[in-house]
Amino acid sequence: MAMATEVPRGVYLAGDRSHQANRLTGALLVVLVAAVLASLAIGASGTSLWSTLWAFLRGEDLSLRDRVVLWDIRLPRTLMGALVGAALAVSGAIMQGLFRNPLADPGLIGVSAGAGFGAIVAIVLGGLLPLALQDVLGYYLVPFAAFLGSWASTIILYRVSTRKGHTSVATMLLAGIALGALTGAISGLLVYIADDAQLRTLTFWGMGSIAGATWSKLLTAAPLMIVAFIAAPFIAKGLNGLALGETAASHMGIAVQRTKNTAILAVAAAVGSAVAVSGGIGFVGIVVPHLLRLAVGPDHRYLLRNSALLGAALLLVADIISRVVIAPAELPIGIIMAVIGGPFFLWILLRRRGILDM
Amino acid sequence: MLRAENITVHFGRRTVLHDVSFDAKPGALTAIVGPNGSGKTTLLKAITGEASHDGQVMLNDRDITSAKPWELAAIRGVLPQATPLAFPFTVSEVVRLGLISGVTADQAAIIPAALSRVGLTDYGARFYQELSGGEQQRVQLARVLAQVWEPISEAGPHWLFLDEPVSALDIAHQLQVMKIARDFANAGGGVVAVMHDLNLTAMFADQIALISDGRIVAQSTPDEILTNDLLSRAYNCAVQVNTPPPSGTYILPQMATMGAH
Repeated sequence: MAMATEVPRGVYLAGDRSHQANRLTGALLVVLVAAVLASLAIGASGTSLWSTLWAFLRGEDLSLRDRVVLWDIRLPRTLMGALVGAALAVSGAIMQGLFRNPLADPGLIGVSAGAGFGAIVAIVLGGLLPLALQDVLGYYLVPFAAFLGSWASTIILYRVSTRKGHTSVATMLLAGIALGALTGAISGLLVYIADDAQLRTLTFWGMGSIAGATWSKLLTAAPLMIVAFIAAPFIAKGLNGLALGETAASHMGIAVQRTKNTAILAVAAAVGSAVAVSGGIGFVGIVVPHLLRLAVGPDHRYLLRNSALLGAALLLVADIISRVVIAPAELPIGIIMAVIGGPFFLWILLRRRGILDM
Repeated sequence: MLRAENITVHFGRRTVLHDVSFDAKPGALTAIVGPNGSGKTTLLKAITGEASHDGQVMLNDRDITSAKPWELAAIRGVLPQATPLAFPFTVSEVVRLGLISGVTADQAAIIPAALSRVGLTDYGARFYQELSGGEQQRVQLARVLAQVWEPISEAGPHWLFLDEPVSALDIAHQLQVMKIARDFANAGGGVVAVMHDLNLTAMFADQIALISDGRIVAQSTPDEILTNDLLSRAYNCAVQVNTPPPSGTYILPQMATMGAH
C-alpha cells in the first residue's frame, strides 16, 4: 500500500473543523476579556466605573470607595463568576462525553444535588468533626464535602446507567431523579435540625448566587476547579474515542478505565467546588457544550477549552444582568440562567427528540 | 502470527465456545464461517480481547491479555459489526479518530487516502449520522485502515480483524471491501474476517475456519472446507457446491466486475 501523499500547508481537509475551532478559541478569549471588564465596570454602586477601571488599569491612585468596590467586591466576584462558569461548562462537556449523551448535565442528573448534599452535611454537621480535623480542613471543609458528594453520585449514576459499555439515557435520567430525591430528602432533614446561624448560611448558599464572593471564598474553591481544568486536556482524546463506545475506544488504543476515572474525578472536583461556593446554577453545562458542538463539532480537544471560555463569559454576562435588571436590588443568577437555559433545553429536545431513544 | 489456544467462553452458565484453538498467518486472509449463533463473533471477540475467556491468545508473540491497549492498537485494528456514534462528527473526523493512538498520528494525509480506498472520496465533510448503513460501515473501515495504514512494519505484521465487514453492503461494495482486505494480506498484513457469504469467502479467503455449536469443525483451505459434506453438517442444511440450479436466475460475485458495465 503506497504512503499517502502530503497535504499542502494551509489547505484544509473537507470536514475537518479544527481550524474553525481554533479561530473560535481566539474569538472567545476576546469575548471573555470584554465580559471580565464589563463585570468589573458595571454594578449597583450607582456610578459607572468605566473611567475608574481605566484609571485602575493605568495604575493611577483610586479613591478609597472605588478601591473597595473594585478590589474587594467586584474583582473576586468577577473571578468567581468566570471560574464557576468555566467549571460548570467543562464538567458538562466531560460528562456528556463520558455518558456519550448531550443531555448529561451535572445539574440535570443529580451530580449537583450530590454536591449540594455534601455541602449541607458539612455546614450542619461539620461542627461534630474532631477539632483537629476541623482545623486541618478549615475553609476547605464545605468544598471538599461537596466534591465527595458529587464524586459519589457520579460513580453511582455511571454504574447504574452503563451496562457492557453502553449507557442508557432513560436509566441515567431516572437514576438522577431518584438520587436527587434521596439527597433532597436527607438535606431537608438536615435543614430541619440546623440552628439559626447554619440556616442563614444554608439559605444564602442555596439561592444559586455568586453575589457573596470574597477573596477567601474564591481561594477555597479555586484549587479544586484548577485541578479539573488541568486534568481536562489529558482526557480529551479518550473522550473522543469513547464516542464510538468503550470497546472501539479500547481497540483504538485508549486506556478506557483510566479515562473514565479521570473524567469522573474531574467532574466531581469542578461541580463540587462550583456548587460549594455558588449553590446550584443550572443549565450552563448543557447550553454551552451544545452550542459549541453545533458551531465547530464535538472534538473534545477543542470542545473542552472552548466550553471553559464560553461558560466563563456566559456566567459573567448572566451575573451582570442579575445586577442591573432590578438595580439596586439583585436577582439570584440561578434565576437568570434558568430563564435562558429552560427554553434552550426544550429547544434541544424538540430538535432532537431521538436523543432520548439512544 | 496469531495463535489462539484452548479458548473457552461462557455467557452466564452457557458455554459459547468449547476449548477452541485457532490460528492465522500474516500475509493471508483467514475467514471464520458458520451458522448463526455458532460462536463466530464470540471467537473474534475472544481473539481481540473483548470477551473474557479461558485459554491464551498470542498476537505477534505477545500475550494479548498482558498488552496495553495502545500497544495492541499499534499492531491491529478491529472493525465491529456496527458502531454507534454519540455526537455529530463529520466523516473526516470519524476517520481521524483512527489516528488517536498516535501510531500514525498527525499524518492528516491518511484521512483522504483512507476515504478514497473505501470509495468515499467526496464524503469528508458529510455528517456521519446522515449516511446510509452501508456508507457508515465503510467509513468505519476507513477509520480502522487509517489506524493500521501500513500492512507491515519493522516491528512485524499488522492485523485487521473484521466482523462481517460486507453484511450491510451491495455487491459492488462487497467486492470492493473484500479486495481491500485481500490487498492488505497480499502486502504482508494479516486479516481475520467473520464471514456470512460463502461465495465471497470462497473467492477471497486463503484459510477458512468452519465453526458450529461453539466448536471448530475444521480449519483449512477453501477447497477442503467448502465441501457438500462439511457445509451440510455444519449448517444443518443440504448444500451442493459448484452446482448451478436447473432453472431460474442466479448471480454470483465470482462473475461480477467492479465498475464495468
